[in-house]
Amino acid sequence: MDFNEDQITRYSRHILLPEVGGKGQKKLAQASVFLIGAGGLGSPAGLYLAAAGVGRIGIIDSDVVDLSNLQRQVLHHTPDVGRPKVRSAEEKIQVLNPDVQVEYYQERLTAQNALELIKQYDVIIDGVDNFPTKFLINDACYFADTPLIHGGILRFEGRVFSIKPKQSACYRCIFKQPPPPGLVANCQEAGIIGAVAGIIGTIQATEALKLILGIGQPLTDRILDFDARKTTFREIKIKRNPNCALCGLHPEITELFEHEQEICQLPPSGTVAVS
Amino acid sequence: MTITINGKPEVLEGSTVLEVLKLKDIDPQMVAVELNTQIIERDQLATTSIKEGDQVEFLFYMGGGS
Ligand SMILES: [Zn+2]
Repeated sequence: MDFNEDQITRYSRHILLPEVGGKGQKKLAQASVFLIGAGGLGSPAGLYLAAAGVGRIGIIDSDVVDLSNLQRQVLHHTPDVGRPKVRSAEEKIQVLNPDVQVEYYQERLTAQNALELIKQYDVIIDGVDNFPTKFLINDACYFADTPLIHGGILRFEGRVFSIKPKQSACYRCIFKQPPPPGLVANCQEAGIIGAVAGIIGTIQATEALKLILGIGQPLTDRILDFDARKTTFREIKIKRNPNCALCGLHPEITELFEHEQEICQLPPSGTVAVS
Repeated sequence: MTITINGKPEVLEGSTVLEVLKLKDIDPQMVAVELNTQIIERDQLATTSIKEGDQVEFLFYMGGGS
């Protein structure tokens, strides 16, 4: 494929980079990324990947846009409230960069559809807000042998790390299973600084671009934790765990399954949560 | 005894990883524990001893994304 004059102008700040150049830009145009979740992490990741000229972007999300999403989910704007997130996301990406081919799925990622969907893409971005799906994504990427950029956010903090299945530590190497229900805030009640989602999602996009372009050192075998209160990044070295139930020496997980979803509900105001 | 917890040196008593967790008031179910870059299985926390200069990481769950 060859770029036309507009495309050369559009991507000129990439092409100027010796590590990218016209050759790298072509790699991006031929690459595909799958965004799992079009929310706080998926929004910045999707926008930057689209702007960068990634050729094909898949988006899966079953939700509709809620007014409370707009504080951070920058793919969605005020007139989108009530619309499916995937439709809103698809439109914004298409307006930003018509070169991108967008594929969207208004459904949940499940043990039934995960592998088939993930296999169609080069890099996966985890932008989901619950532990069972994070583990499902980790496992599916392992079975599909597809690199995964994991992300998580909570209040003032964020975490990101990359996984090259069978080569670097996976999510289960560190966290064996979801936390017991109710012990860890992972739902709406926890709150999040919107811009923190922007930081983590943008790092996820950067890592995806690096993997596609084959430049620098991937964020594998290390976890990057960000704390907005102190504005500090901390890197924690990790390594593959021989006892990992998925990628260890004696794997117990040989097919996809879903951990039980934690019921996430906000008590009506003025009442006390009973659990 | 001085050990490094999440990047910060701390003076603590306690001879096992589980004791350090208790001293820090952390529920073992809330964290993944790394000792000198090695993940410690939950059922090994009580039997894994800790010594001067060890590096301990308590990795809390971070599950949000949307
Ligand atoms: Zn693993």
